[in-house]
Amino acid sequence: MKLTLKIWRQENANAKGSMQTYTLDGVSPDMSFLEMMDVLNEQLMEQEIDPVAFDHDCREGICGSCSMFINGEAHGPDRLVTTCQLHMRKFKDGDTIHIEPFRAQPFPVIKDLVVDRTAFDRIQHAGGFVSVNTSGNTQDANAIPIEKADADKAFDAAACIGCGACVATCKNASAMLFVSAKVSQYALLPQGQVEATDRVLNMVKQMDEEGFGNCTNTGACEVECPKGISLENIARMNREFLSANIKG
Amino acid sequence: MAKLDANIPEGPIAEKWTNHKNNIRLVSPANKRQIDVIVVGTGLAGGSAAATLAELGYNVKAFCFQDSPRRAHSIAAQGGINAAKNYQGDGDSTYRLFYDTVKGGDYRSREANVYRLAEVSTNIIDQCVAQGVPFARDYGGLLDNRSFGGVLVSRTFYAKGQTGQQLLLGAYSAMNRQIGRGKIKMYNRHEMLDLVKVDGKARGIITRNLITGEIERHAAHAVVIASGGYGNLFYLSTNAMGSNVSASWKIHKKGAYFANPCFTQIHPTCIPVSGDHQSKLTLMSESLRNDGRIWVPKKKEDAQAIRDGKLKPTELAEDDRDYYLERRYPAFGNLVPRDVASRASKERCDEGYGVNKTGEAVYLDFADAVVRYGKEKAHVKGLDENDQVLVEKLGKEVIKAKYGNLFQMYEKIVDQNPYETPMMIYPAVHYTMGGVWVDYNLMTTVPGCFAIGEANFSDHGANRLGASALMQGLADGYFVLPYTIGDYLADDIRTGPIATDTPEFDEAEQSVRAQIEALMNNKGSKTVDYFHRKLGKIIWNKCGMSRNEKGLNEAMEEVEALREEFYKDVFIPGTSESFNEPLAKALRVADFLELGELFAKDALVRNESCGGHFREESQSKEGEALRDDANFTFVSAWEYKGTPSEAKLHKEMLNYENIELKTRSYK
Amino acid sequence: MSVALSSTILRKVAMALSGLFLMVFLLQHFVINITSVFSETTFNQISHFMGTNPLVQFLLQPILIGGVIFHFVMGFVLDWQNKRARGTKYAMYKGNANASWVSRNMLVSGATILAFLGLHFYDFWVPEINYKYIEVLPEDPNRYYEELVHKFDDLIRVILYVVSFFFLSLHLSHGFSSAFQSMGFNNKYTSFVKTLGKIYAIGVPAGFAFIAFFHFLNH
Repeated sequence: MKLTLKIWRQENANAKGSMQTYTLDGVSPDMSFLEMMDVLNEQLMEQEIDPVAFDHDCREGICGSCSMFINGEAHGPDRLVTTCQLHMRKFKDGDTIHIEPFRAQPFPVIKDLVVDRTAFDRIQHAGGFVSVNTSGNTQDANAIPIEKADADKAFDAAACIGCGACVATCKNASAMLFVSAKVSQYALLPQGQVEATDRVLNMVKQMDEEGFGNCTNTGACEVECPKGISLENIARMNREFLSANIKG
Repeated sequence: MAKLDANIPEGPIAEKWTNHKNNIRLVSPANKRQIDVIVVGTGLAGGSAAATLAELGYNVKAFCFQDSPRRAHSIAAQGGINAAKNYQGDGDSTYRLFYDTVKGGDYRSREANVYRLAEVSTNIIDQCVAQGVPFARDYGGLLDNRSFGGVLVSRTFYAKGQTGQQLLLGAYSAMNRQIGRGKIKMYNRHEMLDLVKVDGKARGIITRNLITGEIERHAAHAVVIASGGYGNLFYLSTNAMGSNVSASWKIHKKGAYFANPCFTQIHPTCIPVSGDHQSKLTLMSESLRNDGRIWVPKKKEDAQAIRDGKLKPTELAEDDRDYYLERRYPAFGNLVPRDVASRASKERCDEGYGVNKTGEAVYLDFADAVVRYGKEKAHVKGLDENDQVLVEKLGKEVIKAKYGNLFQMYEKIVDQNPYETPMMIYPAVHYTMGGVWVDYNLMTTVPGCFAIGEANFSDHGANRLGASALMQGLADGYFVLPYTIGDYLADDIRTGPIATDTPEFDEAEQSVRAQIEALMNNKGSKTVDYFHRKLGKIIWNKCGMSRNEKGLNEAMEEVEALREEFYKDVFIPGTSESFNEPLAKALRVADFLELGELFAKDALVRNESCGGHFREESQSKEGEALRDDANFTFVSAWEYKGTPSEAKLHKEMLNYENIELKTRSYK
Repeated sequence: MSVALSSTILRKVAMALSGLFLMVFLLQHFVINITSVFSETTFNQISHFMGTNPLVQFLLQPILIGGVIFHFVMGFVLDWQNKRARGTKYAMYKGNANASWVSRNMLVSGATILAFLGLHFYDFWVPEINYKYIEVLPEDPNRYYEELVHKFDDLIRVILYVVSFFFLSLHLSHGFSSAFQSMGFNNKYTSFVKTLGKIYAIGVPAGFAFIAFFHFLNH
């Protein structure tokens, strides 16, 4: 396959970036998208051009590092995959592919396609935990039975990998899906109940301070989420947040 | 160098840990506030250790090269975590978990450590549930278990195929709590490039900020290395792209012994290589072997026809299939330990029975499980158990609920539907049992420098059982290190803050800067990946699942030559004062190029077949692996002496007082 | 007010509540207007009541106007914030790949409705206020029907109204269920709410359009 790649290049956080065009030949349909990027970088280095910087690590769709906005969609045209799991068989010979970083005011570009997502970490610092000491002297794991349906839902919410596709894809750059996934996980489990009020208030406060946009329920995040996190979680967080505000 | 003393406490094995905890020194809460601890790596071991140390009151500085601690590669562990809870009432106990782990490790691990691991395993589950980790539950609301290779009980707790993720997010949440409180200072996108020793003790590290390229000094009273394993030595492995040996290797060069480097786990169920462009391999959880049956065609001509695309696996009659694990190991069948399963697949493929284009793949087939579950489900629902279409539909639903995410992942990568056609799998490098040598307190031979999790060598011997890595990481981080480190730090309550403007820090920083400068100024002609790929090929071909003296000697020479070429001809673009991934990678590969040689040397010395490591000179008449207990019941601990080839071997003899050394049999 | 609207979620809830309030108003507006199709007398009676009842005039009417203003102002403020949250724009953004046009363009449909409201106020509300409170003409309980019918003599106006109702329908088709989601309502009844939303979003604007056509064709 021969491809034309239009890629966002930006030297560093303070530099002004622009889209650059490269052509790449000999791409195999069995390659993953990132392997295609590896080949491009090898080619660029041979031409003594600085390789394209992009985040990646596990390359099996679970670490949440990779973060490319491909042809107008977070993680590209395939569904329920991260960029590293996207394969070139989804593209055709001769295609032009636009590759941009995940964009949001709270996700400043570090270099090229690498963005700073520590805003997500700061939201978690505000309340993404159960305050239990790690002494191991807690009660027996089976002391509190949890209804399977709730446990399964909590798991589904906890499957979030924190990649930021929801923010990148949302026309408002809202982080509601990400935050609500964590809030929901704990809201559905008895272990999370004790701190439920403070958690949702603090996490939402931090989310707002980071400068993410408002949710307008377009549902785009749910569609683009590589882990299929449901919009139901956002409604649950809204509920939790309202009741927390009423409780004070 | 001090004599190799494992500091194993006295007393009966079941009481060692309790006695030890009763007798070691503690640091008072007021004094803990005066003490700084550095933790390098934020996976299960590092994350849980950082959180617990901070909670105890120490000032923790945690480092990871990823953009967030949540992305450490522990997150990719799929199958589960073992614990001797005996919730299933199938006869499990601490002793059995201990026994299975020692036996599974082919009798090359330290009894006392393994027993402690089994002992604290139950606390892990309690702890994680209290943290809100959503483990799988049954309809009664209690925790569910499944079984893993090499054992006869169901003791594995899991969260679908994402157990590692959920446990890591649990540890990450515990860290977040401490970061929020200001007790952990988190350094993302930082790579440790050297250890700083003052008066023989570990007192700090030199790091590189991966965004700005800045070289930084960080001081502490103790340094904990939790940077994971070195599977990426093989270039292709299931490790993350960034996983590296650098932290472990740097402390090795500063005096920490490196133990059993050649003990690598080759995992039997990975997605086969598809081409030269391949950058990494993807694991399919071992839990799949609970329900999947492994086979290759009985006849070579069928295998050839399948390879040529003339025959579909589903068209092959039952009688023409060789379920070789069930045939060879009737007692454990498809659930033999990883090393046994891997070697058996390699044996079949080497004989010409492999089933994909490259001839390096075997089938993992769920057709029987679909029917079995489908009938069960039909029975429960009171439907017709003989209705094939219905049974198949119901069965697929059950399989989907159990392994849905794994099947989806397989389909995305291979572009074949595993519900309709058997999966193809092949062994791949997955985990390294070897690592930094530590004593019972998890301290390396450098005082004040500790190693935990996959980075150390301690608990898995020559082969790790499934679902034990998560157990060890969290045991070390939550429940072992936080106690034992106090015994060391008790001497430091009056030391005061460690200064970084000392000659020791100057010197360490200078050497790091010099190495970076040399690499940047090299202006060679080949990329870092070129060398990494080449290194991987040497190690895989000559130090992989099957080894011999000649190949290992060649490997040592070839790695040394490749290293020299690397320093002469590597090309790194850009500058060192910026985000420069090729530079970061080059620094990692430079360390792999040294480790590779020690790896081959260690394998050369170990003239026995044990664990997944088949030494051709050491086999039975039937061609089975032959362990040599008389000569090799020891841990090889290597002391750095200037170059890897001159490393000096120290032996820690392994004494089995509680378990009889036996030939492993899974028949 | 500022505290209550300090968070993104509360602002959204305020949008939802004001939206739902306007939908309730719209429904009662529709119910009253549809009577004009069946019975001139009934229409006049209700209109007279609404136009002269002090509770409606001096309590409900200001609340309604406040609600309308709030909903619009907030809508524009949120949209401005949302655009700012993106920062640098994408060179290529495929919004239609994952969300409906309607959900992404509430501002467009909303602005159209705002423009329509201007016309509508000019047509009915301004003359009404003028009649009652400025010129203080004597109340005639039977004038309402004639006024209504008279307005729909003009084809251009009818078309403008119908086009506006179309945008109203679009706005409601997302707004109805979205309001419930914003308030945290997402459970097994959600599909019912969505269906109800569709019925409402199509039914009410179509009804209004029918009224406009009916009077245009019959007079």
